[in-house]
Amino acid sequence: MHELAICQALIEQVERVAREHEARRVISVVIAIGPLSGVEPKLLEHAYPLAAAGTVAESASLVVETEPVRVRCRTCRAETDALPNRLVCAGCGDWQVDVTSGEQLLLKRVEIETAEALVH
Amino acid sequence: MCRDCGCSLGPAATRAPLVAHHPAPGGRPAGQVESIELITAILDENDRVAAHNRTHFDQHGVLAINLMSSPGSGKTSLLEATIRALEGELRVAVIEGDLATENDAERIRACGVPAVQITTGNACHLDAQMVHDALHGLPLAGLDILFVENVGNLVCPASFDLGVHRNVTLLSVPEGDDKPAKYPVMFRGADLALITKTDLLAYIDEFQPERARASLRQVGYAGQVIELTKRGGAGFMAWLAWLRDETAALRRPAATGG
Repeated sequence: MHELAICQALIEQVERVAREHEARRVISVVIAIGPLSGVEPKLLEHAYPLAAAGTVAESASLVVETEPVRVRCRTCRAETDALPNRLVCAGCGDWQVDVTSGEQLLLKRVEIETAEALVH
Repeated sequence: MCRDCGCSLGPAATRAPLVAHHPAPGGRPAGQVESIELITAILDENDRVAAHNRTHFDQHGVLAINLMSSPGSGKTSLLEATIRALEGELRVAVIEGDLATENDAERIRACGVPAVQITTGNACHLDAQMVHDALHGLPLAGLDILFVENVGNLVCPASFDLGVHRNVTLLSVPEGDDKPAKYPVMFRGADLALITKTDLLAYIDEFQPERARASLRQVGYAGQVIELTKRGGAGFMAWLAWLRDETAALRRPAATGG
């Protein structure tokens, strides 16, 4: 259950962004996760409120975008979907492939409410 | 400030606490909503400390190796045998990671080399900061190889870069030859795969080394696979040869630039 540690790292980054932008609160946090990152989105969602409690992101919603596993074949050059434990080309079956998607563990976007209202 | 090495990192416990958010009193007008686009690694801070650890290892010409496997696959036993085989040839130290006890560090010290035990409490993996803190208890300047024996776990340690040069993953014969298919992330990230306890192949005919190799290939592992037992033989010699080659490669000028 390393997802709590991942969430704590995520919250530290979100707090830094919030500070830099003088946020009053964070509305949403958007992350991208690939199956080859070793992180389970469901467990991350469960751990998130524990890590966010008492921070500027306490009431923020967590949006997890799950990325597909994709491989490019070194033999036939096709780019196809693959399974985490079967990283082979769906076109020709060769196992000499490069992973083009699936390793993501990224913070993509933070939506904040700034401390001061705009003066009209 | 890290007093021992002069770097800017302190032990985790002395880092500034996170600032808690105190909501503004009610009635204050709502602020402007802003969307900030970022594409940053969530484990950015861990990666930064890992890079710092790697700099330490490179500066001292120490080959750092992270050993990962499930509990009971023979990591500590392999280290004991390796230390004894390399005695007088390569200077070794070990960082041990476990949830509790000093047992493994004591076993390593009994072999006559320095060992630091990290007890993680309930944490299921080592991270770069834990390794950094442990480094201060080791004489890096007098070493050739530093082994980091990670917490026995085929899931969590795979996500955390420790700043080592090589990741070695063990698969022991009693675990079954389909372990790579069950834990693909761990095995595909390895630089070397070891099939351990091969002396048990005579008793456990369900384990077919060829099937284990095929399972490793399917998860994208394209490196060397060494079948060995700590009791010696060709596989154990191949493991020692790999360690000698990697230590020598690290010290060739072309290899230390990265």
